[in-house]
Amino acid sequence: MSDLKDTASGTASEPDGPGGTDGTSGTDGASGTDGASGTDGPVSPTGAVDPRLLVRQEGLKGFLHEFTRRVRGGELGSLPVIVGLIVIAITFQSLNDSFLSASSLSDIAVYTAGLGIMAVGIVFVLLLGEIDLSVGSVAGASAALWAMLSVTHGMNDWLAVLMAITAGGVMGLIHGFFFAGVGVPAFVVTLAGFLGWSGVQLWLMSGEGTINTPLDSVVADLTGYYFSDKAAAYAVATVAVLGYVGSLLLDAKRRRAARLPYRPNSEIALRATAVAVLAYAVAYVLNEPAGARGLPLALVIFLVILVSADFVARRTTYGRQVFAVGGNAEAARRAGINVEKIRITVFGIAGMLAAVGGLFIASQSGGANKGLGGDNTLMNVIAAAVIGGTSLFGGRGKIWSALLGALVITSIQQGLNLQGMESDVQFMITGAVLLAAVVIDSVSRRTQKTAGRT
Amino acid sequence: MPNEPVLALRGISKRFGAVQALTEVDLEIRPGEVLALVGDNGAGKSTLVKTVAGVHTIDEGTIERHGAPVQIHRPHDAQSLGIATVYQDLALCDNLDVVANLFLGNELRSAAILDEVGMEKRAQELLDTLSIRIPSVRVPVASLSGGQRQVVAIARALIGEPQVVILDEPTAALGVEQTAQVLDLIERLRERGLGVLLISHNMADVQAVADRVAVLRLGRNNGVFPVRETSHEEIIAAITGASDNAVTRRQARTTEKNP
Repeated sequence: MSDLKDTASGTASEPDGPGGTDGTSGTDGASGTDGASGTDGPVSPTGAVDPRLLVRQEGLKGFLHEFTRRVRGGELGSLPVIVGLIVIAITFQSLNDSFLSASSLSDIAVYTAGLGIMAVGIVFVLLLGEIDLSVGSVAGASAALWAMLSVTHGMNDWLAVLMAITAGGVMGLIHGFFFAGVGVPAFVVTLAGFLGWSGVQLWLMSGEGTINTPLDSVVADLTGYYFSDKAAAYAVATVAVLGYVGSLLLDAKRRRAARLPYRPNSEIALRATAVAVLAYAVAYVLNEPAGARGLPLALVIFLVILVSADFVARRTTYGRQVFAVGGNAEAARRAGINVEKIRITVFGIAGMLAAVGGLFIASQSGGANKGLGGDNTLMNVIAAAVIGGTSLFGGRGKIWSALLGALVITSIQQGLNLQGMESDVQFMITGAVLLAAVVIDSVSRRTQKTAGRT
Repeated sequence: MPNEPVLALRGISKRFGAVQALTEVDLEIRPGEVLALVGDNGAGKSTLVKTVAGVHTIDEGTIERHGAPVQIHRPHDAQSLGIATVYQDLALCDNLDVVANLFLGNELRSAAILDEVGMEKRAQELLDTLSIRIPSVRVPVASLSGGQRQVVAIARALIGEPQVVILDEPTAALGVEQTAQVLDLIERLRERGLGVLLISHNMADVQAVADRVAVLRLGRNNGVFPVRETSHEEIIAAITGASDNAVTRRQARTTEKNP
């Protein structure tokens, strides 16, 4: 029984054992027959470590080892998108010097914010394994409502913004009710919403055609306000880095206290450095070069929404339930989760964020009109979520993919605009990028299957 | 000898349209005892389990817990009454890791925020006390083997400190080794004083772990037998109805009264 020896040695080196097994060879553990597991009871009262288990090495080497193993196993994560962004930046910069200029980058930041906020809502819907086709129309109708209330009827601006966002949320809840409560497929419900809400938008705007945003309006500030004080950008970067490091250290401390495997300090330092370099680089570019306007308010709002949504998705019961419903709705139901409630509220969130996005578009384009949120808004939003790496089949994805995907799309648009390309070329290229993202996703998923991961 | 049933079904009936799935079924589950429920396909085993688990509501009859009648309308009701069910399809979320699956619907939290560390720690402890071996509690369930998924599903049922555990065909898809592990696990549940209802087609498993065997036939009770004093053939006869006559029915009644 050589297996017995294996088990014993595994137990001996159990506390965070550095007994690093070779990376790729052991992953095919799906075959169910191992001899060692028959010897239970007195041999190992604390539960023997499965000898096939890959024990992660400590320190930086272990982190890198784990990283290469994941990549080989097809767990690419955000890697393709980040590589894609770098390729996009190099390509357009070589075509036109002004692509990486301060004003161009701050334009990208502002446009990413509006698109990204709507994409966050779509990521939630995609996590459920559903689709929301009504994003553009909800954005348009909400913006029209704001413009009508605030500009035409002279309502308090803040109140009008609040009403518009609430209205977006209610529209989403209506979709959710017909989907989860009545049982109509989400595709059809939101297609009906797509048509219906753009009808509402046309009706609201029927008197005016276009309502311009007053310069002193809250909505004008959404994308028009920049923190000209350089301290603002650096302060936000510092808060972000400190918050990130703090949460990592706290987590490691709690896990160590509970005697669970924790992140070694070297890995925390590596991650912190990466985030710090990125954060301060962005702050520098927004502040320092000639023509820089400072930190855009739009970016701050987007980051706040992004971080809170990520927190909700990963750290709260609600987020856990969203993932559970997306992974296996029947299992979630039997676990006592109110599946209908989760589905309805997720569509409500998507509607609310679509309304916020609508106000961003109104701010960028200088007012609400009959066509706001039309054109390719919907497709860009869904493409952003998918390019960022959210699975269309539910249960798999990250909120951060909204940021990455939106960055890819706005960068391409900005680069092509600088080249003076017409929208025909833009559409073709964006389509190709979307296809490439989905192809990478499918191929990596197949690799993951053979590597025994999902 | 355990006497007071922790869970008792009295005269349970259930119809689906024109089909009378269950007719006046009685069943008593006692603490520290494994009760096997056997019957042919379509005998109503799964329907009975689903009524107790709150997936289906009953048309007639009462469910009693410690002698007091209770109402079960939703899966949540059954859970709060201390009835945990391990379904044949396991009902695990493949995309979530082992810890998340173990605590699904029962998360440890402060306010609405998950206590990941606390959950991971308790998951590890629970798996250790049950001598369950899993590569890591942080791998997604999709990457586990069939036997590992089964034990995770059983461990999941124990998170809420239940008094009754219902296992629907826990060994149907398992190999020899894994079946033995699951049977060990069932015996450990009994040692902890839980009432276990084991649904199985496999007579060898039933005879290995069960204390009593209840037979369902065409949606009706067809006798309850103490395993040690009953031969394989007698149970088979009760399942298939080969001995379904007044004499055996009378025998079944008397054995039920004097176990």
